Amino acid sequence: MALTREEVLHVARLARLAMSDDEVERFRGQLSAILEHAARVTEVVTDDVPPTSHPLPLVNVLREDVVEPSLSQEKSLSTAPESEDGRFKVPRIIEEQ
Amino acid sequence: MAELWQLDAAALAKAVRDGEASAREVVDAHLARIEAVEEDVHAFITLTPEIARAQADEVDRKRAFGERLGPLAGVPTALKDIFCTDGIRTTAGSRILEEYVPPYDGTATIKVREAGMPLLGKTNQDEFAMGSSTENSAFGVSRNPWDLARVPGGSSGGSSAAVAAGMAPITYGTDTGGSIRQPASLCGVVGVRPTYGLVSRFGLIAFASSLDQIGPFARTVRDAAAALYAVAGHDPRDSTSIAQAVPDYVASIDKGVNGLRVGVVKEGMGEGAQPAVVARVQEAAERFAGLGCSVDEVSLPSFDLALSAYYLIAPAECSSNLARYDGVRYGYRADDPRDVMDMNMRTRAHGFGDEVKRRIMLGTYALSAGYYDAYYGKAQKVRTLVIRDFDAAYEKFDFLICPTSPTTAFKIGEKADDPLAMYLSDLFTIPTNLAGSTGISVPCGLADDGLPVGLQLLGPPLSEELLFRAGYAFEQDLGPLPDPPLWGAR
Repeated sequence: MALTREEVLHVARLARLAMSDDEVERFRGQLSAILEHAARVTEVVTDDVPPTSHPLPLVNVLREDVVEPSLSQEKSLSTAPESEDGRFKVPRIIEEQ
Repeated sequence: MAELWQLDAAALAKAVRDGEASAREVVDAHLARIEAVEEDVHAFITLTPEIARAQADEVDRKRAFGERLGPLAGVPTALKDIFCTDGIRTTAGSRILEEYVPPYDGTATIKVREAGMPLLGKTNQDEFAMGSSTENSAFGVSRNPWDLARVPGGSSGGSSAAVAAGMAPITYGTDTGGSIRQPASLCGVVGVRPTYGLVSRFGLIAFASSLDQIGPFARTVRDAAAALYAVAGHDPRDSTSIAQAVPDYVASIDKGVNGLRVGVVKEGMGEGAQPAVVARVQEAAERFAGLGCSVDEVSLPSFDLALSAYYLIAPAECSSNLARYDGVRYGYRADDPRDVMDMNMRTRAHGFGDEVKRRIMLGTYALSAGYYDAYYGKAQKVRTLVIRDFDAAYEKFDFLICPTSPTTAFKIGEKADDPLAMYLSDLFTIPTNLAGSTGISVPCGLADDGLPVGLQLLGPPLSEELLFRAGYAFEQDLGPLPDPPLWGAR
């Protein structure tokens, strides 16, 4: 189960992780070894076994639709690297026409 | 006469109630103890002495006014740095949250405060709870009070080391794959991984949401039971929390184990574990027989496979949970980003350590197109097999025992460059997390290397009351462990 350089770079980009050439090489080896161990699950016969995504048999936990106190806008923004006019500020997303 | 910091939580709470010591004196004794040994142990990321003293003064004021004090009032504590604390920096052991100060308290934080337990500080941990040694903390490794050249275990290693070193009688951590039980075992203290959903996770920084659970550390089983009782219970702010009353674990703790059926997990007693560890657990099995239990071997065939399934499921959930660290709403943001993509990529590259990056990439891979069914889907089916194995075992046995960790505490650096070797330290704890059930680690003696060994008691969901009873009976019969060498240090 050896990953290629390209696969590591592809996964890193999907995961939004910038990566140096050295890191790509180091992670390639480590991830390959871990995946080889994890791949043992692929050998198990599980034809009639349903998957478990969650240990509790809970579905649709709802509450009454009434307004309750929550964090103020000011507090919510207090942790932001950058904010302006009551909003989170990020670099430009849409190009100017 | 023992010093205040050497007393367990039950004795401290009694001293405060009876007016033999003020809560302020108890806190000051622990702050002085921290002052004396923290440089060696490094159990804390942040200390909060002013807050601890103010909370202690509040307990003393209540007592002076004749108000009723809770069972743990005046007992100082510390929280793993993954519990959100309003106004107190909360890093999760990560550079990406190095300056994060939550604007709110988590439910467990609130419950600990309402119990009258002064907060001494926030304890060290592997980054985002990913690791088994605290070596993945962005703020340096914690050291084992039994041998400062060794790890305290992890990820909640700061919490276990603090209890073992006498810096706090009770601390709290989280257990996603063994992160409470394994460090408890390596530090010779009691650690509890409660049933999934027993303790609210509102305000807990998420790692793997179908596996994470909050639980306590203490030096006695009785203290651990009281500490869990203080934080357990339904919370409307956590939709995964169980809506059921919590029994008073301490009230029933001395009922004994006569007539209970104990299963010794065969897969935990083989060549995968250090011989002296297996020997101590074998002796524990004989001790339970002596206490009136019937003891027999039980096989959980999927025990080994659980590790493989876990290292697909936990990374998959972590890759999704940690997507929130994008440099927008909180935490670190890379300087002068060209655009949003550049901001995301460089923020995360700088903010996360290697182990977190590895797990995010593993999870992203396991969830990506073409691999989802083969890896993640298959791991979820193996998870069902693990649950079926436990269900079958609990038809024949009331609880199971096996080693908590395959080995005693290992040397700092020994496994740091080999992620897979590190993962194997959670071999015996992971199945419980996959099943959503409960487990306790109780010290069961020392190995031939002079380091503590943890006995793991496993039970079906919501069997904490029974496990505390069994752990208490065992602990009382065994008698106390010798003190760690650091105990005498001043």
